[in-house]
Amino acid sequence: MQTLLQQIVNGLVVGSVYAVVALGYTMVYGILGLINFAHGEVLMVGALVALSAITFFQSVLPDLHPIAYFVMGLLVAMPVCMAVGYTIERTAYRRLRNAPRLAPLITAIGVSFLLQTLAMIIWGRNYHSFPQLIQTAPIEIVAGVFMTPVQMTTVGVSAAMMIGLVILVTRTNMGRAMRATAENHRVASLMGVDTNRIIALTFIIGSALAAVAGVMIASNYGVAHYSMGFLPGLKAFTAAVLGGIGNLAGAMVGGIVLGLVEAIGAGYIETWTGGWLNSSYQDIFAFLILGIVLIFRPTGLLGERVADRA
Amino acid sequence: MIKLLEARGIGKRFGGLRALTEVSLTINKGEVYGLIGPNGAGKTTFFNVLTGAYTPEDGEFVFNGSELPLGKPDRIVNRGIARTFQNIRLFREMTALENVMAGHFIRTKTGLLGVLLQTRHTREEEKLTTERAYELLKYVGIERHARTLSRNLSYGDQRRLEIARALATEPRLLALDEPAAGMNATETSQLRTLIETIRSDGTTVLLIEHDVKLVMGLCDRVAVLDFGKKIAEDVPAEVQRNPAVIEAYLGGAHHAAH
Amino acid sequence: MNNISQAIPFLGSRNPKAALITLVVLVLTAPLFAGLFGNTWVRILDFALLYILLAIGLNLVVGFAGLLDLGYIAFYAVGAYTWAFLASPHFGLHLPFYVVLPVGAAFAALAGIALGFPTLRLRGDYLAIVTLGFGEIIRIFMNNLTHPVNITNGPQGIDQIDGMTIPLVGLELNRGLQVTDDFKISSLFLYYYVFLAFVVLAVILVKRLQVSRIGRAWAAIRDDELAAKAIGINTRNLKLLAFAMGATFGGVAGGLFGAFQGFVSPESFTLMESIAILTMIVFGGMGNLAGVIVGALALSFLPEVLRHIALPIQQALFGKVYLDPEVLRMLLLSLAMILMMLMKPAGLIPAQSRYSRADLLGDKEARHDQAA
Repeated sequence: MQTLLQQIVNGLVVGSVYAVVALGYTMVYGILGLINFAHGEVLMVGALVALSAITFFQSVLPDLHPIAYFVMGLLVAMPVCMAVGYTIERTAYRRLRNAPRLAPLITAIGVSFLLQTLAMIIWGRNYHSFPQLIQTAPIEIVAGVFMTPVQMTTVGVSAAMMIGLVILVTRTNMGRAMRATAENHRVASLMGVDTNRIIALTFIIGSALAAVAGVMIASNYGVAHYSMGFLPGLKAFTAAVLGGIGNLAGAMVGGIVLGLVEAIGAGYIETWTGGWLNSSYQDIFAFLILGIVLIFRPTGLLGERVADRA
Repeated sequence: MIKLLEARGIGKRFGGLRALTEVSLTINKGEVYGLIGPNGAGKTTFFNVLTGAYTPEDGEFVFNGSELPLGKPDRIVNRGIARTFQNIRLFREMTALENVMAGHFIRTKTGLLGVLLQTRHTREEEKLTTERAYELLKYVGIERHARTLSRNLSYGDQRRLEIARALATEPRLLALDEPAAGMNATETSQLRTLIETIRSDGTTVLLIEHDVKLVMGLCDRVAVLDFGKKIAEDVPAEVQRNPAVIEAYLGGAHHAAH
Repeated sequence: MNNISQAIPFLGSRNPKAALITLVVLVLTAPLFAGLFGNTWVRILDFALLYILLAIGLNLVVGFAGLLDLGYIAFYAVGAYTWAFLASPHFGLHLPFYVVLPVGAAFAALAGIALGFPTLRLRGDYLAIVTLGFGEIIRIFMNNLTHPVNITNGPQGIDQIDGMTIPLVGLELNRGLQVTDDFKISSLFLYYYVFLAFVVLAVILVKRLQVSRIGRAWAAIRDDELAAKAIGINTRNLKLLAFAMGATFGGVAGGLFGAFQGFVSPESFTLMESIAILTMIVFGGMGNLAGVIVGALALSFLPEVLRHIALPIQQALFGKVYLDPEVLRMLLLSLAMILMMLMKPAGLIPAQSRYSRADLLGDKEARHDQAA
């Protein structure tokens, strides 16, 4: 029972990060019908930029509170990632908006690997240890169930990001313009919405979320490297599909559910398969869920709208 | 009169919307049969159900003496029903000739091994397919464009090519979905000649069309759909006088005015 | 071969016959030239042929049938591991190549069908992601299937794999061919000609497929699936056939790789490799055999050329190496992919419609076409 509870807690932590990243996929998909394959790489850029920023501030401004460095890292990583997201949209995707269906996806894959390569050039191919600025000593929250302050921060920050995004989308003019554009570009632009601007903004917001997620992941695992964005990106995409792509609430639910399935699955797979498979197979859960959802319920858990681009 | 196709109580729902309700009709061998109705009356849905793109919830089709498999496009084509699309759907990256050759797929037998080994039979079949496709292009009058990519053809020629491709499947019943849409008067009259030729060569034609003049001039019998129900089925002259039909069209116009 | 030779600049279109002869001579003597620069280059040439084989196979799926497969390298892995299982000390089996290669190809084809079957209804971009996941799942299994029974030997991989032995003459490719006492043809050369034979066979088969009812049906599905169904094409069976055929090529290439390399490990079958092969197709011209071959050649050679040029230059200029070969390769591939898509999406040698032999028509019609 305690193991199960502990796995649930771990799953919630991971799942909340997936949810934040999934929002980026789902927003772009909702508006452009494009799988922004490079989104995971933006997350990686966020983590590595934060790492460099923290290292820099630690050397020029010693003796600050660790949390201050953490916040500074975030504050540098977010605008950088926003710029990266904007640049990707502007230079690669915008020209392909009316291209045949596979062209944008192939380009997105290219962008993804280009970002990895550039990161490899800038930060090298080694694993960097990411400073543990937030306490990592586990605290017993319920009898036998532990949670570290980093994990608590992760859940808290993720929740804040999600709430902020929901408010932005539902309560502001910009959000209304985004929803209108997602519904129908042409009509939205006839109604006076600058759709190019809205699409760019979508990328920028998604990238800011990815930056935060990247810093969270790096803080939780204590490492950052050039290829760290790929798996979380793919899993977050799975989460978005699971929840119903194009649907914000779906992305959040999907993220949490995927986190839980993975954590519980990893905890029990050895018992289930009689020792044949163990927790090193953890990653196949996401792929299996992705396949199963797409094949049996392509609209996802909460999805109704299926953008038909075939 | 020999029955070619009999639709019995066809019903199709999309969620809560009843797109077709108990539609029954009979098409005789050798006739041109028109299917008309206001926008959204369910004509194209009927087409899609007949050709297997959708599976109906109720009813059955009897074609040429036996029941038609539902929702199985390839088997339906094999039984002898071919269709065209309201918005032209050609294979864009293939030439006109290749489009028609592709249409001959179901009437050829060469398997993987035959292709890989390039047996005599394969080569003969390929030659036959090529010649047959060329003849069909001639038949619809676009053989001079045989090697043009289909996407580069003019609109009218694309329509003709689509008909040639459908004919390549050697159908007993050719179902045309608004073939005159977007055509000018000359093209329409050429189309009319083509359809008459097809009929006189022994292929039955089912025609969905908005152009009332074309339908009335060309069709032997006409059925009218409104809100997914058949409200009339008769020779054109009678249908034109039918009060329910007049009401449906006026009502349709009335709706459109909103 | 004809349209490949026609791709030769200047000569190709003007004098097709001369171009063809030039091409044949070039291809046959290529390892000798490469050998002048050292055996490394012959080895690179051998790998280029394997890449061509892979690109031809992937093109069958992506270019012909329009199914974007990002997990293609998994079939290469299946072929390579099959060879490793059946011809190495790992399980103590040493079966001959004419058994191992077909078995590997068959396993790969089965894997292709296993991947194809559940994904038949998926749209292009979703299919891409699911196939990517499939490739990763295969890799996870390669990395971890070590207990309770050690099947794959994990990340260490399997080594001491048997080379290829040509039956009847008993020529062991790995040992080279001792012609006279002091003249020996190295195994790199022998593998080159064996691989070349496979490539030529693949080209012939794929060309036959393309210009056939099957090739036309694939192209029809790629261009418009609904219309393909409406002319009676059983799209399910034909998509599965495309997956299976593509996978077969991958499986054969994988087996050859295992024999050539003598060693297989999960590291050779990463997503990056799938992407690299896709880039070759995109770069050369999706759907066009000549384009695909040129793309595979270019993108397997360029990184090596860069490696040999860029490293000394960096060394000379900065006194240290900033961009190592692997980075250069990734940079080249990702830029090739992006720039091609943005600037020349049809590739270097765009596909021309060639799903029929219109020359089967009589002369009269052919002239008629010319006039049009």
